[in-house]
Amino acid sequence: MVERDLEAVIGLEIHVQLSTQTKMFCGCALSFGDEANVHTCPVCLAHPGVLPAINEEAIRYALKIAAALECEVAPRSIFHRKNYFYPDNPKAYQISQYDLPLAVNGRLGGIRIHRAHLEEDAAKTIHLGASGRIHGSGASLVDFNRGGTPLVEIVTEPDLRSAAEAGAWARLLRTTVRQLGVSDVNMEEGSLRVDANVSVRPAGSEALGTKTELKNMNSFRFLERGVEAELARQRELIEAGGRVEQETLHFDPADGALHPLRSKEEAHDYRYFPEPDLVPLAPTEAMLREARASLPELPEARMRRYEGELGLSAENAAQLAADPEEAAYFEAVCERAAGVEAQTVANWVTGELAAALRQAKGEAPAGSKVSAESLAALIAMVGEKKISHGSGKQVLATLVAEGGEPAEIVEREGLAQIADSGELEAVVSAAVEANPDAADQIRAGNGKAIGAIVGAVMKETKGRADGGEVNRLIKQKLGV
Amino acid sequence: MAGLLELTVAEAAAKIAAGEVSRAEYFEAWRDAAAADELNAYLWRAEEGDSGGEGPLAGIPVAVKDLFCTAGIATTAGSRILEGHRPLYTATAVRRLAEAGAGVLGKTNMDEFAMGSSNENSAYGPVLNPHDRARVPGGSSGGSAAVVAGGLAPCAIGTDTGGSIRQPAALCGIVGLKPTYGAVSRYGMIAFASSLDQCGPLTRDVTDAALLLEAMQGGDPCDSTSVGIEGGVEAPSREDLRGLRFAVPAGLADDAVDAGVREVFEATLSRIEALGGEVGEIPLHHAEHGISAYYVIAPAEASSNLARYDGVRYGMRSEGEGDVVEMYESTRAAGFGEEVKRRIMLGTYALSSGYYEAYYGQAQKVRTKIAADFSAAFERFDFVVTPTSPSVAFGLGEKTDDPLAMYMNDFFTVPMSLAGIPAISIPAGRAEPEGGGPRLPVGFQIAAPAFGEQRLLDAAYALERAIDG
Repeated sequence: MVERDLEAVIGLEIHVQLSTQTKMFCGCALSFGDEANVHTCPVCLAHPGVLPAINEEAIRYALKIAAALECEVAPRSIFHRKNYFYPDNPKAYQISQYDLPLAVNGRLGGIRIHRAHLEEDAAKTIHLGASGRIHGSGASLVDFNRGGTPLVEIVTEPDLRSAAEAGAWARLLRTTVRQLGVSDVNMEEGSLRVDANVSVRPAGSEALGTKTELKNMNSFRFLERGVEAELARQRELIEAGGRVEQETLHFDPADGALHPLRSKEEAHDYRYFPEPDLVPLAPTEAMLREARASLPELPEARMRRYEGELGLSAENAAQLAADPEEAAYFEAVCERAAGVEAQTVANWVTGELAAALRQAKGEAPAGSKVSAESLAALIAMVGEKKISHGSGKQVLATLVAEGGEPAEIVEREGLAQIADSGELEAVVSAAVEANPDAADQIRAGNGKAIGAIVGAVMKETKGRADGGEVNRLIKQKLGV
Repeated sequence: MAGLLELTVAEAAAKIAAGEVSRAEYFEAWRDAAAADELNAYLWRAEEGDSGGEGPLAGIPVAVKDLFCTAGIATTAGSRILEGHRPLYTATAVRRLAEAGAGVLGKTNMDEFAMGSSNENSAYGPVLNPHDRARVPGGSSGGSAAVVAGGLAPCAIGTDTGGSIRQPAALCGIVGLKPTYGAVSRYGMIAFASSLDQCGPLTRDVTDAALLLEAMQGGDPCDSTSVGIEGGVEAPSREDLRGLRFAVPAGLADDAVDAGVREVFEATLSRIEALGGEVGEIPLHHAEHGISAYYVIAPAEASSNLARYDGVRYGMRSEGEGDVVEMYESTRAAGFGEEVKRRIMLGTYALSSGYYEAYYGQAQKVRTKIAADFSAAFERFDFVVTPTSPSVAFGLGEKTDDPLAMYMNDFFTVPMSLAGIPAISIPAGRAEPEGGGPRLPVGFQIAAPAFGEQRLLDAAYALERAIDG
């Protein structure tokens, strides 16, 4: 069997930390990077006698996510206890949702969502010792600040077919959730955590192969690298006549390798049972309406609109729709550049402007000195041939550096296009005479040689000439 | 001084309110009485007097089962694993009593984590029955029952998961009320079986039980399963039982009840009729499976609730030889008693993958059917009545080697716990123990529909007056 015959089957499990004021089941503030164990109370430390009380804000946030993922919300979902011993789990059970989750059957970006449910985050442990694992470590330190942070776990169907697709989809999910304003979705800080279930199967087969679970990939790049490496390993294994074992693999960012977790840490019987301390979660009609009504235009819908209504290329539509601020900037420019094709604006924003900002190591467009008004004015001037495209780029560089009005910059720097064709004809004639070799070659049929004469004209006019017009005049002069 | 200790809580509260008795004097009298504890009923006693709070219970000392967290005061749940544990907060029920003006007189001994029917499972030694010190007071709220019956406290609170208030109340000859599940907040009550645990009063009479319940009941944002009793509870005043229908479960454990207990039970039924009440029979088809279901559900929840005692954050720690996993094992092996370990094992098994449906799932079905049986009974009757316990107080050590015989003590109390409905045990007379000896208290249990506390207390009050008279 050759490699390309084995199809990749990838599903993602995403944990999103909600950015509520307080924890899932107590009144402690959420935090990141604070002194250890300052955001704790008897409830999140699991002192004797305490009970959980559900954070209503977390439910509202989860309902927003469910609405954005087009999920069906269960009229009545329940919490379960997932029992296991670990120092980061002070109750020795995690309150999570099991067979009746908050939301099911959604979709995003063409990928089906299996379910989305609410649960609580674990505390943070640091195991001292060589392995960095609990077994065999000399001592373990626990910081309970994170313990009890509200999480929404989102599980996709195994619909993704490559590492790149998995990475792209995870980015779309992040942008979508970020726009809802319900999470910081920062992978490095762990407010967005993506695990991948990876398997391969003969192309065209409906059955699923044995999967492995990839954890600890704390960037999109690591996600793609981890999945890529695991797909290669599984394909190699199967081609060599081996079998994939179901296991959990930890991605090591240091060497990019995947390491199996020790089986003892894996052998769990979680003894799930309904959490008797909580009543069923039954969102009201009003809460559901509120969640749906609060949804902004999300990247996927925006992308469809850019492609369908504005006629952008698929690539530009995806690029501009992904970031809500960049999208807003793009639309503001479109609005002010009346009569200019949206695609032309897109070219400027994703092309010239992005390049100029990159070169100046500047901000994102919305935060830069280039206002939507000035970019629109600039694009219009180029479109109306008041300045050449090259001069336009020059004006843009000035705008990036110091802001201002494009018209004033053109004026100040003398960039207005030479409108008098007599003046331009004179410059062209001089340039042809000054470059006899090039002129001969052009006459002999070497079209490329025209570049040297165009360059001379541009140099003479300081870029104020229209390139198309210059070309035409040169050819006219040489009779080709 | 002795006169003060004869007063019921209602009488004392009235005298304090009228300025006839000073609250300091009253509280001191009870501190002195509690200091004379020879029953091993207290694990901690207040060193200072009255809290000074105002309200309907102003100046009333309350003995509190050691399962309730009390800020700064050691709270052990009768377990070695929580020896010396000082909670950072106070349980809602205790806080509400304090808001009504009551003060904590002491913390009472109990079966470890409320698991037991004799108080012999306490890590701090058994409580003795004040009527016969060679006998058990019942459990698990044995300390709370013994202090009230033994004149060491005017009133107490306890918890009832499968009979832990009603059975010791019966064996000690006092009133014990298990309210409807959800009537009183469980916040700060150390969990045994969360879907069954409920807090309630142990008192000298029905009026005092109503008084304490009213102070404690009510919804609590810290306990999502609490809702309180709509309209609250008033002091009972009913004098007869006319128009009320009392149901006796047909054939329920006819053979398992001691002859003396049965006699008192029958006599009480006659009193009900004499007061104008109607007595009939109803089938409770599934009640006989109550014990089986209970001893799956309660241990299952307990196995999870007690998993937090791992030596990491509070309580006892036994380091063990190696890593943190060995520390867990060593701590839990040394910190828990035999009965607690037995139930953790039972519960863990019942929840295990592959056994869940056969045990936990099946037990929940039985629970639903028992609740349905009660609902059907309450369509035709106002109350269901049974003996509280099949026997009077038994001897210390008599059943410690036979867990099943011990579990059968809860035969009559467990069905109401599974159904979540309120039930009260009132002293109905005395009976000679099997094997002879001085006559000992017998309890009579009355159960009502969910949140029917007022009607339950009213009926119990009328019956109590007839029995006392």
